[in-house]
Order: sequence, then structure tokens, then C-alpha cells
Amino acid sequence: MADWQIDLIKVVFIWVWALLIAVVMTWVERRASAMMQDRLGPNRAGPFGLLQPLADGIKLFTKEDIIPERARKILFILGPPLFALPAFSAYAVVPFGDKIVLGGKEIILQVSDVNIGFLYVLALGAIGVYGMVIGGWASNSKYSILGGLRATAQLISYEVPMGLALLTIVLLYGTFSLREIVLQQQGTFLGFLPNWGFFKQPLGFIIFMVAAYAEANRVPFDLPECESELVTGYHTEYGSMRLGLYLFGEYVNMGTLAAITVSLFFGGWGLPYVDMSRFLGPVSYGIASFFVFFLKQAFFLFLFVWVRWTVPRFRYDQLMGLGWKALIPLGLINLFITALLVQLTT
Amino acid sequence: MIPGTYLPTEYLPILIMLLFATGFGVVTLWVGRFFRLRRPYAEKLIAYESGNPPSAPPRFRFSIKFYLIAILFVVFDVEAIFLYPWALVYDKIGIFAVVEMFLFIFLLLVGYAYAWRKEALEWER
Repeated sequence: MADWQIDLIKVVFIWVWALLIAVVMTWVERRASAMMQDRLGPNRAGPFGLLQPLADGIKLFTKEDIIPERARKILFILGPPLFALPAFSAYAVVPFGDKIVLGGKEIILQVSDVNIGFLYVLALGAIGVYGMVIGGWASNSKYSILGGLRATAQLISYEVPMGLALLTIVLLYGTFSLREIVLQQQGTFLGFLPNWGFFKQPLGFIIFMVAAYAEANRVPFDLPECESELVTGYHTEYGSMRLGLYLFGEYVNMGTLAAITVSLFFGGWGLPYVDMSRFLGPVSYGIASFFVFFLKQAFFLFLFVWVRWTVPRFRYDQLMGLGWKALIPLGLINLFITALLVQLTT
Repeated sequence: MIPGTYLPTEYLPILIMLLFATGFGVVTLWVGRFFRLRRPYAEKLIAYESGNPPSAPPRFRFSIKFYLIAILFVVFDVEAIFLYPWALVYDKIGIFAVVEMFLFIFLLLVGYAYAWRKEALEWER
């Protein structure tokens, strides 16, 4: 097979995978929410309601497409794809497995191992804001504009602490390549702890996690779209598949954030203490490494739902205070300490 | 490496991925046209305001605080951008990198303390 064919297969694979995760996640979220609230949740379509996402998809697809008369038409149409596009594209640099040998050829399980993968993810995360702001502004409705404004302020505020937390990871591993970072996390240090970013950067992980929930617009930071006061904020005026793209982009975004968390802080595809490549064949090792990665990602996806029903929503001034007055100083202190430690140990 | 000979081929899959993402957005919106109804009428097309006719144009003046956040963001995000290359080559430069960058961060902290003192970071005041 030529290189470009392999690339294409990898792109299609990760594409279908990202879609599937987003689709299944809508079902998981509703079932798990129901479980936590002691009710049944969707259970009519298919066994355990498993076909519910399909039914929802068909519904969104066939609903009437309404463009409000006061909306700025071009921007209104542009908003949802602009939101979904960066969410999907970020998957391109996620290392979803180690490598697999097929037909005597070694294939790394990552769409592209670019040497700035780290910056690529951050950049795309920042572009996602445009989809929300443009959607909210173009709708020309009060709820939407408020939602769009809140989204902008929140996302740019939490980008700073997120950047500061991720800086420490770059300090530790000295590279922007996500594959390199995962490779360096294999093995153990101090004799017993896995070589994971989480154990070396606990504070950095907490800051990153809080910022990630804010970037994904998830409870407890879902102020741009809180149903009870803004009627879902920036996408109030959207319906049918346009709304579908917004919702979809959000779930894909969660998938990306979970994958990045796993790659940067939890050793990616590697199991702690066990080197799978020693007793597994070249093909089964590739598949096993993918499954390990998937299990870790699934845990962090579930955590999104878990947190949703555990922590109540913040007030807006609390949200801004947490971002600017707690996370940024913490991030800077963490950076100082890490820089000193790295200097002392090398 | 001779200048001008480098072809960034590792970005090709990323380009394909971007095309896929764009295609997905366009196709899902376009294909749906053939399945869905279209029966607009005046009441359906007004902006949603809990069922009442909109009371005033939505382009109201919003709080100055949002601008303030945007300005603060520019300062601190540019700082983070300067820090990334530093972090990347940190262990290769040695003690010089530590002193230089700590000086840089210290100067920024002075600005941060000033903003805090002037209550720029308070949402309610």
C-alpha cells in the first residue's frame, strides 16, 4: 500500500471513531443521568434505548430549517459548521495507539505525528470560540447574544490557565509532539509510580481539568448555554441539523479533550507496569494499545457526565474569579516550581 | 537541509481531515434540504422571547467588563505564547533560561498585581 492510502485509511478510521464516540456519548449521557437521578432514561428505541441516538439523528435531519427573519443570514449559516470543524480536526494529532505491523510495514496509530501537535490542538481549541460568537451574534436574539458574549469571555479567560498548565508538560518532556510525550510516559519513576504526567504534575492536571470543563462548556461552567436562564444561549434560534451540528461539535469536543487528557497526563496507550509489546504479536499489540487508550478515554468521557450531576452551576462572577484570581496565580506558581525542579534534576 | 526543498508532507493527512470536517458540515446541511418541510410564516420567524413579540432590538449596549476581559486576555495569552518556545528548549539553555524567564514572569506579575489592585479582576464591584 502506498503511504497516501494508509493516511486515508487512518483518516477515515479516526473519523468514524470520532463520530461513533459522539453518537454513543449522547446515549451514555442520558442513560447515566437517568441512573444518577433514579429514573429510567430513554429505553424505547432498541435494547436499552441504544437506537435512541439514531432516532434523534433522524429527527434533527427532518425538522424544518428555520432562519429567523432578523438573523444575519450568511453568518447564521456559517456558525454551526465553524463550531464543528475545529472539534473534528483536532483528532488528527491524537495518538490513539502505538504502532501496528501490517504486511511487513510499520504503521504508527496516529493520523499525523507533526512536531507541533500540541500547539495545533490549542490553536483549534481557540478557533471553536468563533462558531459560538458568530452563531450568537447572527441570531439577533437577546438570549443568543448574551450567550455568545458569555461564551467568549469564558473561553478566552480559561485559555490562559489552560496554557499555563500545559506549559509544565512541555517543560517536563521538552517536545510538542504528542506521540513523543506519550512515549516518554512509559515506565516508572521513583521505583513504583507510573511515569505519567498526572503523578509528575498533579496541580497542573487539576488546573487543566477545570479549564477543560470550562472550554467544553460543561456543567459546572455551562453559563453560555444554561437552559434555565438563557434558553441554551448561543443556539436558541437554531433548529434542525444546524442545532445538530452544534450539539455534535460539543460531544466531539468532549471526546478530543478526553483524548488529550489521556495523552498528556495518563500515559496514552500504555499500561502501567506492563510492557504489552513484549508478549503480544505485532498486530495484536497495535489493537491492544488502541483498546487501552479507548478505555482511558471512555473513563474521562464518563467523568464529564459524572461531574455534571455532582457539582452545581457556578455564578458568573464566581466563574471569572476562579479563572483570573485562582487558576492563573496557581498556574504561575506551578510553572515556577516545575521549572526549578527540572533545573535541579537535570 | 537546503532552503526551499522541505515539503511538509506530514501535514497532508491533516489537510484531508480538515476537508472531511468541512465536507461533513456542508453535506449534512445540504442533504437535509430534500427531507424537511418548509412552511414559514411570520410568527414562526420572529426571534424567540418566551412567546412574546420581541420587546426591543437585541443590539443593546453590553457591559464594559467584557472588553476589559478581552484586553487582559491579550496580555496574558501573549505571555503564554512567549513561554512556549522557552519551555521547549528549557533544559538546553541552562541557568540562563531560568533567570531570564523568571524576570519576565516577575514583570508580568507586577502587571497582574496592578490589575488586581485596580479591581480589574472583580466582576462585581
